[in-house]
Amino acid sequence: MHEWALAEAVASAAIRIAKEEKLKSISIVNVSLGELQQVDVEIFKFALSEIKSNIPMLKDADFNVKIVKAEFKCRVCGYRWTFRREVLNEEVQEAIHFIPELAHSFIRCPNCSSPDFEVVKGRGVWLESIVGVK
Amino acid sequence: MADPRISIIEERLRNIKHIIAVSSGKGGVGKSLVASMLALILARKGFNVGLFDLDFTSPSTHLILGVEGLMPEEDKGVIPPLTNGIKYMSITYYSGKNVSPLRGSDISNALIELLAITRWNSLDYLIIDMPPGISDSTLDLLRLVRRVKFLIVTSPSKLAFETVRKLIALLREMNFPIIGLIENMDMKGSPYIREMAERLRINYLGSIPFDFALEDALGDVNALLKTKFSESLMKIVDEIYN
Ligand SMILES: Nc1ncnc2c1ncn2[C@@H]1O[C@H](COP(=O)(O)OP(=O)(O)OP(=O)(O)O)[C@@H](O)[C@H]1O
Ligand SMILES: [Mg+2]
Ligand SMILES: [Zn+2]
Repeated sequence: MHEWALAEAVASAAIRIAKEEKLKSISIVNVSLGELQQVDVEIFKFALSEIKSNIPMLKDADFNVKIVKAEFKCRVCGYRWTFRREVLNEEVQEAIHFIPELAHSFIRCPNCSSPDFEVVKGRGVWLESIVGVK
Repeated sequence: MADPRISIIEERLRNIKHIIAVSSGKGGVGKSLVASMLALILARKGFNVGLFDLDFTSPSTHLILGVEGLMPEEDKGVIPPLTNGIKYMSITYYSGKNVSPLRGSDISNALIELLAITRWNSLDYLIIDMPPGISDSTLDLLRLVRRVKFLIVTSPSKLAFETVRKLIALLREMNFPIIGLIENMDMKGSPYIREMAERLRINYLGSIPFDFALEDALGDVNALLKTKFSESLMKIVDEIYN
């Protein structure tokens, strides 16, 4: 389960920032998950709840997880479109799940067929903000 | 606010004793051959070795080592599978034979992703095969992996060495250790590179001759280990130890 590795990264980043901000404990962690990475939200949340129970600073924290739609913009023709997981086969879904940049290996601009597009939003895991007690 | 993946990278690399990037200012000088064979030679000596192919747009170590049909196991991250006694990680597990046309920011992102999710566990050596030049991957490595040491490869040509000189200047300016310089594809036994290395006070580790038998040995580890290339690299490895 690679969701676990991402959850560990979120916990570790939240702790690092809390220490920088001299917080005694963390009460809320807001995380966004880009749709392109296709993180299994249930597993991700479960991992977060397991990880936090071993960390005093984090054990009472609530994790809010928001999904962000993935959107692409072609660098060649300017066309914009959204991610549609269901048109990709399972192997491709999995490749993009592990390395979202591989979208460039498997997805093409629907307008001009270019692989040179930008993931405007919704790539992967992002720590939005934390709230804590000083 | 923050990219959470960056925070976990140090933890993921914690139990690795030496992280060695095989690098050059120039393309095509034999970085991938040196990185792959170095990993192989160290593994045969009984060390616990990892090999990480960081050339995401033009990976080649899987072809050199003849890696086929392997896939990382998933366990709270991804575990690099073993090939010839080496824990091996490459983007090709996921991209297969498809082209990966990635821009700089995509390369950075893919690098951060793999550093954040790969569980090497304990290693004596992690060998990194770098793409040519001094751009995104090199700068990202310098930014994210503070403990990396550099093994620099050049061909006998001035053209290669001038790019290597710039790489050396950058690494020195940023205080990254340089293990030394390997001269590859030697054909004339010219002292030029050795002299330049001495002038720059860079450890000249030795030269590897141009080896016509190398091409036919690619993909076959046992054949590779019998080449002149391998024999010369083994001497260099022993040199690094003494
Ligand atoms: N000593 C040698 N004798 C003969 N051929 C060699 C030698 N070293 C490398 N080669 C060949 O030269 C080519 C380039 O080698 P390699 O791919 O290792 O270079 P590289 O520096 O990794 O290239 P890139 O910059 O594209 O990553 C390969 O075909 C390889 O087999
Ligand atoms: Mg190479
Ligand atoms: Zn287009």
